[in-house]
Amino acid sequence: MSTVDTHAGHSDTHHHDHHGPEKGWRRWLLATNHKDIGTMYLLFSLTMFFVGGLMALVIRAELFQPGLQLVNPQFFNSMTTMHALVMIFGAVMPAFVGLANWMIPLQIGAPDMALPRMNNFSFWILPFSFTLLLSTLFVEGGAPASGWTLYPPLSLQTGNAFPLSIFAIHLMGASSIMGAINVIVTIMNMRAPGMTLLKMPLFAWTWLITAYLLIAVMPVLAGAVTMLLTDHYFGTSFFSAAGGGDPVMYQHIFWFFGHPEVYIMILPAFGVISEIIPTFARKRLFGYDAMVYATASIAFLSFIVWAHHMFTVGMPLAGQMFFMLATMLIAVPTGVKVFNWTATIYKGSLSFEPPMLFALAFVFLFTIGGFSGLMLAIVPADFQYHDTYFVVAHFHYVLVPGAVFALMAGVYYWLPKWTGHMYNMTLAKWHFWLSAIFVNVLFFPQHFLGLAGMPRRIPDYNTQFADWNMISSIGAFGFGLSQLLFAVVIFQAIRGGAKATDKVWDSAAPHGLEWTLSSPPPYHSFEVAPEVK
Amino acid sequence: MNDQLKRNHRSLASRLWLFAGGSFAFGFALVPLYDVLCDVTGYGNRSRLVEAAEVVEAPDENRSITVEFVSTAPTYGNWEFRPAVGSMQVQPGKLYEAHFEARNLRSQPIVAQAVPSITPFQATRYFQKTECFCFTPQAFAAEESRQFTVRFIVDPKLPANIDRVTLGYAMYDAKQGSG
Repeated sequence: MSTVDTHAGHSDTHHHDHHGPEKGWRRWLLATNHKDIGTMYLLFSLTMFFVGGLMALVIRAELFQPGLQLVNPQFFNSMTTMHALVMIFGAVMPAFVGLANWMIPLQIGAPDMALPRMNNFSFWILPFSFTLLLSTLFVEGGAPASGWTLYPPLSLQTGNAFPLSIFAIHLMGASSIMGAINVIVTIMNMRAPGMTLLKMPLFAWTWLITAYLLIAVMPVLAGAVTMLLTDHYFGTSFFSAAGGGDPVMYQHIFWFFGHPEVYIMILPAFGVISEIIPTFARKRLFGYDAMVYATASIAFLSFIVWAHHMFTVGMPLAGQMFFMLATMLIAVPTGVKVFNWTATIYKGSLSFEPPMLFALAFVFLFTIGGFSGLMLAIVPADFQYHDTYFVVAHFHYVLVPGAVFALMAGVYYWLPKWTGHMYNMTLAKWHFWLSAIFVNVLFFPQHFLGLAGMPRRIPDYNTQFADWNMISSIGAFGFGLSQLLFAVVIFQAIRGGAKATDKVWDSAAPHGLEWTLSSPPPYHSFEVAPEVK
Repeated sequence: MNDQLKRNHRSLASRLWLFAGGSFAFGFALVPLYDVLCDVTGYGNRSRLVEAAEVVEAPDENRSITVEFVSTAPTYGNWEFRPAVGSMQVQPGKLYEAHFEARNLRSQPIVAQAVPSITPFQATRYFQKTECFCFTPQAFAAEESRQFTVRFIVDPKLPANIDRVTLGYAMYDAKQGSG
């Protein structure tokens, strides 16, 4: 980790050839400032978090009781599909890009992102993409309802929504690739003098690796959905058995993207947690180098485990063995990370501010998701768990109290730095405790449902599943409503509040270049690069 | 921003765009790679599928089997359906062709599906149809006549005690079930 020369941070007073932000809409539409673009990304993803959350509540409301009460099965399937697409591509990924935009230049001592105009473009694609995607709710034939994986031949039966959703995915992909290129170029070319790669904050490190994953796999997704498009409209037979293709091949190509994609959503979360825990444990991160190498190992392994999503398609035994063992191998670097976080906490002088609460909940609950992942990796067991609520419980544990809690931890950690105002700690702690309790009420019973055999993506269920479904739905509404507090805390802090100091968490004395700047940082920061010893 | 830094940005960014383009191409390259992998390793039983399509004739000159053809009156609609010949002598391991005549006697188009059966039952796995009108539904215009073809080969491993095999077809209206 870096040792910071505190004098360097004041170089931002040289404003000779720059002005403040433009006034009105031009500031946002024509934004090239990493802070403005970061803010837009974060607010966009917050909006999408509520849109996707609303869809989740439709699902949970329908599943509150057995039988069909509120929506028809087609619309239910649209909700599961759209909820996933909106949350993955609209909420979690843009939120991490937003954090990257805000924090990477501040953490590595760069004046801005390397390619500011492309940065603007990559953000502004997103509202168009999601307008396109959400508009499918109103077209003939309804929104896509084949699951976010869009497996053919089912996905080819989508109505008019089909080309719209494919183009929306193309745009999301283009946006992510541009964001990733920007992150890599910024980190590679613009680190402050003295900041070698192995002195870089872990958030920047995990993002660097994530960015490479994005460039490697988002185009593969673009290719896969393009093949769906040509199969549908131009008579190709990539996935049509009648023309010599193979629908199973789609699953291979999709998951070659899909598995690295889940690490794209979790590696930056690891970075955020690795920033927060040392601060509030008042210790240096245990095993910094090991963290970097573990992240790289996870990224590498993510490319050779994809078929564990499709054990039941009829794979040769050797294939099942390989993908099972490779998958279980991921537990090793992940275990290293959990060990290091725990070792950082060990004998630390802890304090429990909202970011730390979320970070600790992350470590505990993400590990539960990791363990159920190991269970799913076991081929003979997976034949029972496949396509049940156990899978739903597993990936929601790694994504909600995993990626989403890390995002919230990151927001609560850096929000005073961004806005210059301390937020309402009491409300934030309420938000934490309600979220942490309800997220378990919501997802833990789904393990039981899955083990008992309840299939996923079905709007109705056998009455034997009624009790746990009702509890899960209560948890869903509790969790969903608690998130309104999150929005309240954020908007209160944007509007005003107690002045935040430069270090924000003074008693914890956080390390890192971002804390050498004022809160909020000047519009143009680090115009003269700080010296890192 | 100085020029050197700008050049560095541009060069790294263009290399990364190239990387992204390569990834896109790799997605498509997975299609042939997938075939190659399956062919090389034999996974997915592809080689066996190919073998099934190839017919290797190895006639057993010393053996002659009688193959009889029968047709069952259609259970729905109004049909004429009968074999062109009642029976033929075949050598195991040799490919033969037989014909059936069918006629839709109604003044409406209809889709027919023939369902085969082999007697005796023990001969079923040795009687291989390489091509059959029973593989797909057959559409008929009103009062249309058609000749159907079935190609078959009797496996030389047919048990020695069987010297007579009956291939029977029953014709159904394929649309009856689905309304």
